[in-house]
Amino acid sequence: MEQTRDTDLPAFDVRGLTRTYGTGHTAVHALRGVDLRIARGEIVVLLGPSGSGKSTLLNILGGLDRPTSGEALFNGQSLSQMNDRALTTYRRAHVGFVFQFYNLMASLTARENVELVTEIAAHPMTPEEALALVGLSDRMDHFPSQLSGGEQQRVAIARAIAKQPEVLFCDEPTGALDSATGRSVLAVLDDVNRRLGTTVLIVTHAAATAAMADTVIRFADGQIREITRNPTRTPPEGIEW
Amino acid sequence: MVRALGAKLRRDLWRMKGQALAIGAVIAVGVAMQIMMTGLHLSLSETRDAYYERYRLADVFASATRVPNAVTSDLAGIDGVSRIEPRITGSARIDPADGGLPIAAMTISLPDGRAPAVNDLLITSGRKPDPNRNTEVVVLEAFAIARGLTVGDPLVATLNGTRMTLRIVGTATSPEFLYVTPPGEFVPDDGRYAVLWMPRAALEAAYDLRGGFNQALLTLSRDAKTEAVLDAVDRVLDPYGGTGAYARGDHMSNRFITEEINGLTMSSAVVPPVFLAVAAFLLYIVISRLVQAEREEIGLLKAFGYRNHEVGLHYLEMALAISLGGALAGCALGVVSGRAMIPLYTTYYKFPFLLFRLDAASFLIGLAGSVTVSSVGVLWVMRRIIALTPSEAMRPPTPPDYSRAGGVGRALAQWLDQPSRMVLRRITRQPARMAGAVIGIAAGMSLSLGMLTIFEGFNTALDRSFGQIDRSDATVSLIYPASDSILLELGRIDGVQQAEPVRQVAVVFRNGRATHRGAITGLAAGSDLYRALDGDGHPLTLPERGIVLSSSLAQVLGLQTGDTITLEIREAARPTVSAPVVAIADSLMGTPAYMRIEALNQLLGQRNRIAGAYLQIDPSQEAAVRQRLSNFPMIAGVSLSKDAQQAFARMMDQGAGSVRYVMGFMAFVITFGIIYNTARVAQAERARELASLRVIGFYRSETAFVLLGELGVVVLIALPLGLALGRWMAHGIAAGFSTEIYQVPVVAAPHSMGIATCVVLGAAVASGWLVKRDMDRADIILALKTRE
Repeated sequence: MEQTRDTDLPAFDVRGLTRTYGTGHTAVHALRGVDLRIARGEIVVLLGPSGSGKSTLLNILGGLDRPTSGEALFNGQSLSQMNDRALTTYRRAHVGFVFQFYNLMASLTARENVELVTEIAAHPMTPEEALALVGLSDRMDHFPSQLSGGEQQRVAIARAIAKQPEVLFCDEPTGALDSATGRSVLAVLDDVNRRLGTTVLIVTHAAATAAMADTVIRFADGQIREITRNPTRTPPEGIEW
Repeated sequence: MVRALGAKLRRDLWRMKGQALAIGAVIAVGVAMQIMMTGLHLSLSETRDAYYERYRLADVFASATRVPNAVTSDLAGIDGVSRIEPRITGSARIDPADGGLPIAAMTISLPDGRAPAVNDLLITSGRKPDPNRNTEVVVLEAFAIARGLTVGDPLVATLNGTRMTLRIVGTATSPEFLYVTPPGEFVPDDGRYAVLWMPRAALEAAYDLRGGFNQALLTLSRDAKTEAVLDAVDRVLDPYGGTGAYARGDHMSNRFITEEINGLTMSSAVVPPVFLAVAAFLLYIVISRLVQAEREEIGLLKAFGYRNHEVGLHYLEMALAISLGGALAGCALGVVSGRAMIPLYTTYYKFPFLLFRLDAASFLIGLAGSVTVSSVGVLWVMRRIIALTPSEAMRPPTPPDYSRAGGVGRALAQWLDQPSRMVLRRITRQPARMAGAVIGIAAGMSLSLGMLTIFEGFNTALDRSFGQIDRSDATVSLIYPASDSILLELGRIDGVQQAEPVRQVAVVFRNGRATHRGAITGLAAGSDLYRALDGDGHPLTLPERGIVLSSSLAQVLGLQTGDTITLEIREAARPTVSAPVVAIADSLMGTPAYMRIEALNQLLGQRNRIAGAYLQIDPSQEAAVRQRLSNFPMIAGVSLSKDAQQAFARMMDQGAGSVRYVMGFMAFVITFGIIYNTARVAQAERARELASLRVIGFYRSETAFVLLGELGVVVLIALPLGLALGRWMAHGIAAGFSTEIYQVPVVAAPHSMGIATCVVLGAAVASGWLVKRDMDRADIILALKTRE
C-alpha cells in the first residue's frame, strides 16, 4: 500500500458501513450504516454498551474484518476491497493493536515480543526504545509469566508502537486491570500519541476514559448516536474511575 | 450419568471428531492386528492339531535300507510306542504327458485292505488303490491340481529304473504333506513335486523289498520319552541301515507350519501393544488439553457440588467412547483381514479346510486393552482435576512459564528469529510431550521399517541363493548314486555348456552332546556352478581334506574353524569319522555342510560316485536339452533354477507384497495420529498466540511455521530414530523368523528406508495440511477475545 501522508486527508473515511453476521432471521446486524471521519493524530474514544458495534468498527478499520457493505478508506485507500494478504500487509505496515488480554507470546521475553514486530516492520524503533517508552527498560528480559498484568499490557503497547504505526487500535486495554494500573496504561497511550503523533482509537466500556480523548464517539445498536469533541484533553492521571 | 454432561460429551466428541477418529484409527489397527494374528494363530494351530490327530501323524519317523517285516514287533515293543506303521517309500520320476522335464516324486506304500495306522491320508477325490492292482495310484491333490490331472488320467512314472504307466484313481492330502517343497527348495511349487501312494505290493516289487520295509512310522503314548524312543529305534534299525530316527519336531512340513505359528505368536505380542501405547499417549495429551481448556467449567461443576470422580468420569467416558469405538472397529477390521489372509495361507499350507477362527478371548483382550489405554490416559489427567479448586479454576491461568526454557533461545539468538525461538522454546519447555511424540512416531516407523527390511532381506536371499551360491541353470538328480561317467554323458548333450558333480549324503553331525541330522554336500574341487561362500560373499575353495560348515550349522553345534567334528555317516558302510572344520560358509537356507566330493566318496568307501549334477545350459538350446534330459534313464528329476526362483518371487508378490502395503499403512496411521493430534492440541493451546501473530501482521504461512515448525522438528528427530530403531527391529524380527530351515539376512535396505521415510513424511504433511487448513479458517478476533 502506498504511503500517502497528505495532512488534509483524514486517517479514516468511513461511508455507509454495515456489517451483518449470519443470514436470515438469525442475522446479527453489528453495524447498521456508519459514516465517520477520523482525523490524524487524535485520540478517539469509542464508547457504548456490549454489542453496540464499536469493536466491529475497530476490527474493520484495523483490517481484521471486512464490511458487508459500505466503504472504509485508510489514507484514501479502500480497506473493503483488500484480500486477506493485502489486509495482512496493511496490518504489518500501518497499524498496531492492544487487546484486553495482552496476547503476548508466553515463550518470548518482553524484548523478544517487541522484536517479533521490529523484525518484520519497515521503519521500526529499537525494542529498547519501545520498552523505554512504556517504562519497562528494567524488565526487558523477563518472560510474560514473570510480569504483572499492567506490565504485560505495557509490553503489548510497546510491541504495538515499535513499528511506529500510523494508527494504534486498543480494544478494552484496561479491561483486565485495576484502576491504578489502568490509569498508568492510559498514560502510556496518551504519551505515545503526544510524542509520536500516532492516531489512537480506544474502545472501552469505561465512560471516564472519554475525558482523555480529542473525540468521543458513542455507539448504540450498531449506529453512531453521538460524536463530541473535548476542547481540552484531561491527562489520564486525572481521570476518576 | 447426568443428562447435561451426557449432552456435553456428545457435542465435545463431535467437535473433536477429527482427533477422535485419528486416535480411534490407531486403536483400531492395534486391535485388528491382535484379532487377526490371534485368530490366525488359533485357526492354524487348532486345524493343524485336529488334522494331525484325525489322520494320525507320526511322532517318530525312522528310515532304513531294508528291514525285515519281523522287526516290526521289536519296534512295537519299544517302551512308549503305541502304534506302528511299517511302509515302503522311495523316489520316482514322473514324465509329464506334455513332454516337459521329469518331475521328482516320492512314493509311499499303502497297507493292504486297511487304513494306515499312522500317517493316514485324506482322499479328496476318487478312491484308494486296489491292493491287487499295482498300477493304481493316488496322487497328492495339490500336484494334481497344478498339473491338471484328474481321476482316470494315466501317469507315466519310473520307479527304480522301471518305467510304468500308472492310472490315477484318487487324489489325497495328508498331514505329512501340509507344506511341500521340491527337493532342496523352501517355497512350495505344487507342479514340481509329487507324492504317489501305491499298493504295498507294487512298491515291494519296484524297490525289491518283498518281506520288508524301509520306513517305520510310530506314534507314542502320552508319557513316552521321545529321546529314549529315538535311541531305541536307532538301536533296533542299526543293523538294517537305519539312517537315524527323528521326531515330529524335525519333520520338515511340520516345522514350517510350526515356525509360521510361532511367528504369529511373536508378532501378536509385539505389534498391538505398540499401537495401544501410542493411543494411550495420544488420549493423554488430548484429554489433558481438554481439561486445561475447560478448567472454568470444571471449577463451576465443582462449585455446584460435583465430586472429583464425577467430573473425572466425564472425561473417562470421553476417552472410553474413543477407545471402545476404535476397538469395535478394530474387531471388525481384524475379522475381515483375518478372513482375507486365509486363502493366502491355504495357497502354501495344504489344509483340507481352514476357517478363520474367532477367539472370544482375543476380543476381550482387545477391548480390555483399549479400556486400559483410555483409563491410563485419563487417570494421569485426574490428578489435575483433583488439584483444581473451584476458586482457582475460575481465575485465568498465569502464562506458561518459559523462563527456564529461555536459555536455549538466548544461546541461539544470534542465529534464530523470534518465530524460530518460539518453536524451539516450546520443544524445550515440554520435553516429555515432545519425546513422547518422537518415540511414538519412531516406534510406528520402526515397526514397518523392520518388516519391510525383512522382505528386502528375502530378496537379497533370493539374489544370493540364485545369483551367487547356486549359479546353475538346472539341477539333475539321479535315481541312486552312480558312476561319474554320467557326468561326461550329460556334458556331451548339445547345449550343455558345463556339468559339475554333486553328491549328498545323510549324516548325523556331532560335537559332544550337540547333534544335528543333516547332509554333507560333496562338490568338485573347483565347483563353479554351485559354490560355498564365505561371510563376504567370496567363494571358498574346498580343501582336499576336512569339512566346511555353514554358519547356521556351526552355531547349532557350537563349532568354529579349527575344531574337530564327528560325522556319523548314515549311508553305505555308515562309518563314524572325525574331520577338521576348515572353514565356515555363509548360509541362507538350511544347515549345509560341504566337502570335496572325492573326500566324501572316500569316507563311504566308494569311488567316483555322483548323485546328481549342476548344469549350465546354452539358453538358445534349452528346449533341446530339456528334451534330451527327459529321455535320460538314470535321472530321477530335473529342476530348473528359474522355476525355483519364480516360485520364490510368486510367494513374495502374493504374501509379502500385500503385507508391505499393510506395513506402510500402519506407519501412516501412527504418524498421522500423533502428528494430527499433537498439532491440534498445540493449535488449541496457542490459538490466541497464533491469532496475535496474524494481527501483528504475520502472513498465514509465517504463522503456520510457528505451529508446524515444532512438529517438523519432532518428525525430523523421529526419522533418524525410526530408521535406527527399524534396523534394530529388523534384527529382532530376523532372529525370530530365522530358523535352521532358513536364515533371514538383515541387509542395508535403502528402498525400505525410503518407503518408511516417505510414509512418515506423507502422514506429517497430510496432518499438517489439515491443521493449517483449520488455522486459516480460524476466527482471529474470537481467538483474541477468548480468555484462555
